[in-house]
Amino acid sequence: MATTRTETGPLIDGATGKWEIVIGMEVHAQVLSKAKLFSGASAEFGADPNAHVSFIDAGMPGMLPVINRFCVEQAVRTGLGLKAQINKHSVFDRKNYFYPDLPSGYQISQYKQPVVGEGIVLVDLPGGKTIEVGIERLHLEQDAGKSLHDQHPDQSFVDLNRAGVALMEIVSRPDLRSAEEAAAYLKKLRAILRYLGTCDGNMEEGSMRADVNVSVRKPGGPLGTRCEIKNVNSMRFVAQAVDYEARRQIDIIEGGGTIKQETRLFDSKKGETRSMRSKEEAHDYRYFPDPDLLPLEFDDAFVARVKASLPELPDDKKDRFMKDYGLNAYDAGVLVAERESADFFEQVARGRDAKLAANWVVNELFGRLNKEGKAIGESPVSAAAMGSIVSLISDGTISGKIAKDVFEIVWTEGGDPAAIVETRGMKQVTDMGAIEAAVDQVIAANPQKVEQAKAKPSMVGWFVGQVMQATGGKANPQAVNELIKKKLGI
Amino acid sequence: MSKLTDLSIAEAREGLKNKAFSAAELTEAHIRAVEKARALNAFITETPAIARAAAAESDKRIASGTMRPLEGIPMGIKDLFCTKDVLTTAGSHILDGFKPPYESTVTRNMFNDGAVMLGKLNMDEFAMGSSNETSYYGPVINPWRRKGSDAKLVPGGSSGGSSASVAARLAMGATGTDTGGSIRQPAAVTGIAGIKPTYGRCSRWGIVAFASSLDQAGPMARTVRDCAIMLKSMASHDPLDSTSVDIPVPDYEAAMTGNIKGLRVGIPKEYRIDGMPAEIEALWQKGIAWLKDAGAEIVDVSLPHTKYALPAYYIVAPAEASSNLARYDGVRFGLRVPGKDITSLYENTRAAGFGREVQRRILIGTYVLSAGYYDAYYIKAQKLRTLIARDFEEAYAKCDVLLTPTAPGPAFGIGEKTNDPISMYLNDVFTVTVNLAGLPGLSVPAGLNSEGLPLGLQLIGKAFDEATLFRVGEVIEKAAGATPRPQSWWEV
Repeated sequence: MATTRTETGPLIDGATGKWEIVIGMEVHAQVLSKAKLFSGASAEFGADPNAHVSFIDAGMPGMLPVINRFCVEQAVRTGLGLKAQINKHSVFDRKNYFYPDLPSGYQISQYKQPVVGEGIVLVDLPGGKTIEVGIERLHLEQDAGKSLHDQHPDQSFVDLNRAGVALMEIVSRPDLRSAEEAAAYLKKLRAILRYLGTCDGNMEEGSMRADVNVSVRKPGGPLGTRCEIKNVNSMRFVAQAVDYEARRQIDIIEGGGTIKQETRLFDSKKGETRSMRSKEEAHDYRYFPDPDLLPLEFDDAFVARVKASLPELPDDKKDRFMKDYGLNAYDAGVLVAERESADFFEQVARGRDAKLAANWVVNELFGRLNKEGKAIGESPVSAAAMGSIVSLISDGTISGKIAKDVFEIVWTEGGDPAAIVETRGMKQVTDMGAIEAAVDQVIAANPQKVEQAKAKPSMVGWFVGQVMQATGGKANPQAVNELIKKKLGI
Repeated sequence: MSKLTDLSIAEAREGLKNKAFSAAELTEAHIRAVEKARALNAFITETPAIARAAAAESDKRIASGTMRPLEGIPMGIKDLFCTKDVLTTAGSHILDGFKPPYESTVTRNMFNDGAVMLGKLNMDEFAMGSSNETSYYGPVINPWRRKGSDAKLVPGGSSGGSSASVAARLAMGATGTDTGGSIRQPAAVTGIAGIKPTYGRCSRWGIVAFASSLDQAGPMARTVRDCAIMLKSMASHDPLDSTSVDIPVPDYEAAMTGNIKGLRVGIPKEYRIDGMPAEIEALWQKGIAWLKDAGAEIVDVSLPHTKYALPAYYIVAPAEASSNLARYDGVRFGLRVPGKDITSLYENTRAAGFGREVQRRILIGTYVLSAGYYDAYYIKAQKLRTLIARDFEEAYAKCDVLLTPTAPGPAFGIGEKTNDPISMYLNDVFTVTVNLAGLPGLSVPAGLNSEGLPLGLQLIGKAFDEATLFRVGEVIEKAAGATPRPQSWWEV
């Protein structure tokens, strides 16, 4: 599989010089669907073992698969979200191997003719750079069941609830060049899937799992031999696994050894990868078209209908936030990373100063949420309350400083910001007479500072501070500033 | 009561309707016949209690004037059809004790139409065989014997229990399945009729799979009309089978007008194979003459890729089978032979549970799908399949139906071919093309050979044109005259 990325990525140091890491990812994303891919059984997570198993899922004799239309629609929706080629004719194949959690002895997957072809994902990196990651394909397949080896001293148990659940395998080109990029790619892919509503992206429940292909090479050199790392089930583990594996490969090569193509398992407890099976031990899956299923065919109208139902995706939303709200790329990127955050922001910004709104949502709100480990949906400050605070700042009712106090009160106690400001006397003083009195008082009390300020106009800030203190922070800082300058003649 | 078992389904239907006899009487006569014929080994499981209960229900229906199309007709069910709560073995040790918690669509259709199940019929293991000798439950004996001989002959296969039970008047009709000839060849060598419908006509749901792209259920009965009556009930569009086709099932009996004037009957020259016995050639000529006499036009046609059909079939069928049979692993149902770990449990179970022919086909199938061989075998076979289907399309530009022999010879002796798989596979030479092309094929009894053994002629139709096959089949049947019944040497 060729990489589409031409420029050299970030490099890491080895004993013999710089190395480049080359990473491709295969992400298994569970399709958000009530029923499994080929049976009517429920695809819900968390039921008692074997509670969601149809005769088809159990591989009973004479049982036949019937494609779940909705899962196909979800795959097409995802393909469109990845700006990918949609294949109106695709084929389900059987991937044959024996394992107790694979009841029929084969997995129904798509091999040579997947439902979705090439696409792209734009990945924003910390630091403002954006890279383009090629998508090789997306295909539909069944999940296997789960073997439980810890339930009985000398027997293994099998839970088939997951057997037959629809997965999308999304294969990237080897376009990623660092652990950071790999994690950012996974994060972006997850955001797109969640925007589309085609996968809940819940890595803890296993509804998104990643296999990471890692190789190393000298900058600009030919691609090295890759190892596939299985079982990498969080953003953090992706970064860990890549770093560990790259270092391992560099050490081997620099020690005079060669990399063997193999499948390795990530051990999240130790943060290591270890050999699972070599290329020689790889299964011969004997893929062939599943004769129980007709080729999957749909028409342009179907694709058009799905396309028409697509929501605005993160990239488009980010562009719009920058264009319509005048946000910078960073704020816009942070806001669109989750659909809920973007929606929250838009509710706050509607009819208000959007930049101010973005500033408050990104810095104050997200900062606080992160600190307390809360998701946007769990925010004690609602979008309406946040919007109200922004309005109170904009119309000069409160200063930014007071706004922080109001935010704190709403966060801990709840309540309507306008009412809080009113009842607790937090309103900004806009009575110019009162402000002027305070200014006069400060000037009169500090003749020495007055002289200094005349020589060095930036000293004006000190006076503003004094006045703000005297007014309990409620004076309008802008007005105070202007008044002091006028009085001092600077 | 013995004459009740001699009736055709159509006659029994009249008798029941006119209350000449009851469904209970008809069923009892057949249960008795089954009990007396255990020497034939046609049944793996007899279900007299189920039969009696169904017959009682039928008598109620008849009394209340709500008779269904197969009301009270005693039938046998090939043991490849899953029958709810009734042992279903596929003729294999590996399905020991397997009682499906579900009913196949075809049998459900039949029972909904009033059919009475006498039991589950013996068959080649997983329908792999042409002589019913690969069954774990032992061979079925053909009720027919050569004149003056008591040598045991095979009833054909894989639907050997079906053919034997119908020919021996144990059941009025039976279900069969046909992957490469498993309905038509046994029908031919036991002197009964049997049709493999167009692929997609009958649901495969609940039928133990052999080769999914070729398997098709169909009826076996003593007359062409009886097959038509049965197929009308068996066929349906089934949303649970993605390969089942959503087109209406016509009234086949209404199409049996006896009139074939002007019908164009194609004679494919490639079916005149090397070393074809003279009696088969003579039978074929007789069939041609009968149809010509009835007003049909005889047309020579060519099916140039016929010689590739058998090799293509013996790649595609085992390939699919090797995958379909992977689920018999000892983990969830059927036989389990324990081992020290999961791999040895698989190996022990499958080594003990599958017979030699099934193991042979799993190995062939695994081989042809393996990396490095897939293109040379499986892909090539699929291409041949396309060419074979095209041959038929081109032939049907010139004719409406094709006439060929069903099998290259009459019933052979038990054990005669078991050590020669290739010679066994050649039994399918006239029938496999039809499966590869997905077309309907009807075998019609066409008389006895010089040794007194039945032979059959095959009619091959256009896709979903079973109606024409029944119409032409009945003409042949009438011209050939009633097939005599075999001597009841087996009765105890």
